[in-house]
Amino acid sequence: MTTNKKELAVAALCNGTVIDHIPADALFKAVRILGIENMTTNVTIGNNLSSKRLGRKGIIKVADVEFSDDVLNRIALIAPHANINIIRDFEVVDKFPVSLPDEIVGIVRCGNPKCITNNEPMRTRFSVVDRNNVAIRCHYCGHVVKADDAQID
Amino acid sequence: MNNNSLVSIDDISCDEILELIKTARFFEENPNHKVLDGKVVATLFFEPSTRTRLSFETAVNRLGGRVIGFSDASTTSSSKGETLKDTIKMVSNYVDLIIMRHYLEGAARYATEVTDIPIVNAGDGANQHPSQTMLDLYSIAKTQGRLDNLTITMVGDLKYGRTVHSLLMALRYFNPTFNFVACEELAMPREYKEFCDANGIRYTESTDFSPEIINSTDILYMTRVQRERFADIMEYERVKDLYTLRRSMLKDSKPNLKVLHPLPRVNEISQDVDDDPKAYYFDQARNGLYARQAIICRALGIRVPDDLR
Repeated sequence: MTTNKKELAVAALCNGTVIDHIPADALFKAVRILGIENMTTNVTIGNNLSSKRLGRKGIIKVADVEFSDDVLNRIALIAPHANINIIRDFEVVDKFPVSLPDEIVGIVRCGNPKCITNNEPMRTRFSVVDRNNVAIRCHYCGHVVKADDAQID
Repeated sequence: MNNNSLVSIDDISCDEILELIKTARFFEENPNHKVLDGKVVATLFFEPSTRTRLSFETAVNRLGGRVIGFSDASTTSSSKGETLKDTIKMVSNYVDLIIMRHYLEGAARYATEVTDIPIVNAGDGANQHPSQTMLDLYSIAKTQGRLDNLTITMVGDLKYGRTVHSLLMALRYFNPTFNFVACEELAMPREYKEFCDANGIRYTESTDFSPEIINSTDILYMTRVQRERFADIMEYERVKDLYTLRRSMLKDSKPNLKVLHPLPRVNEISQDVDDDPKAYYFDQARNGLYARQAIICRALGIRVPDDLR
C-alpha cells in the first residue's frame, strides 16, 4: 500500500529529465529558471515531499526533454544539491549533480536599484564570489547578494 | 571593449599605478604638452560634477586636445529616454576618448562593453571614481617620497565613503598600516576588513580620534560625516564634533604628516588647519589635474615622457 502511494506521487517517465532534491522553497524559482512554464510536454511537479537530506523537497519531471548542462547548472544557484536524472526508455541512463558556474548571465536581478542593469535594457552578469555560502557579485555595480536572497527575473 | 579603459582602480596593476604616478610627475613639471594634438575627447556628465569636469577638461586642454560634451543630462537625448548604450555608440563616432560621469552604478563598465573607444570613469554613483584614487596616490607619493610602509589614518565616514574604500584597495601593493577612526554607525564595513586580512594588511579600529593615533600617522585622510547618513539625528549631533580636526591636534604629529581630504569639506577640518603647512587638501586637488593628464594619456596609449624623447 505504501509502495503504491509512492508510485502515485512520482509517476514513472518514459523519456525525459527528473530534477530531484530541490529545496521546497526554491521549487518554483527552479521552474521559472528552467522555463518549464512554457513547455508543452507532460510536466509533473511535486513539492513538500519528505527528504532525509533536505527535510522537505521538490521534484520536477519533464517528459521528452533533455536540457543542456548550461541550462541545468543555472538552478545550482538556488538548489545547490539538486540531482539530475536523464531517463530513456524508463531507464536512468545518466545521473549527476548540478554544478555552480563561475558566471551567471541573466536569470538574477541585481538587488541594487541604482545599478545600471535595473535601468537599461540589458542582461545582468554575476560572478560567484563565495561557493560555500553561494554569494554572487554584480559585474557592473559590485553589489554582493546571497543566492537565497537573489531575485529571479 | 578597449583595454585602455579605466573603470575601477582594481583594473590596473601595481606597475601601472607606479607608471601613472611617474607620468603625473612629468606633467607637474611640464604641464603643457601637446600630445593630444588632433584628438577630440568627450566629457559626458550625466550628473553634474563641476570640480571633476573642470579638472578633466583642463587636463585635455593642457594636452592640446579638443573637448566636446555636456555637463548635465537634462539637456540631452537621455532625457527623451535614449538608452546609455545608444548615447555612447553615437558619441563613439565622433571622438577618440570618452570621459563619463553617471548617477547609476556600473554605467561606465557597461559603456566599455558597447564601444571600442576607451572609457574613463569619472564616477558612477557610489561605486568607483578611479581618478580620485590616482590623485590621492599621487599626493601621498609626492609628499612622502614613497608609497610603501606608510601609516594611513582614515577618519569620518568609513562606511559610505567610496574614496577611502578605493584608496584602501589600491594601497594593498604597498604594505600599509591603517587606522580606521569612526563612530560605530559609520565604521569600516566588514568586507574591507576581510580584504585587509586576506592581503596581510595591518589595521586598527577606534572610535576615539586620539593623539596617539594622530602622532603615529604619516597620512591623515579626513572625510565628511554627512547628516543624512544617520538614522538617528541625536546620534549625529553626538558624534559630529568628535571627528573634527583642529590645528592644536597636530602639534606633536610627525614632521612628514600631511592632511588629505577629497573635498568638499564642511566642518570636519576646522579653518585654522588651513594655515598649517601640514594641510595638503588644496594641493591635493591640484594634483588631480596631473593625475588626470596621466590617465588620459594611458587611455589613448600615449606613453609619456618616452614618446617625447
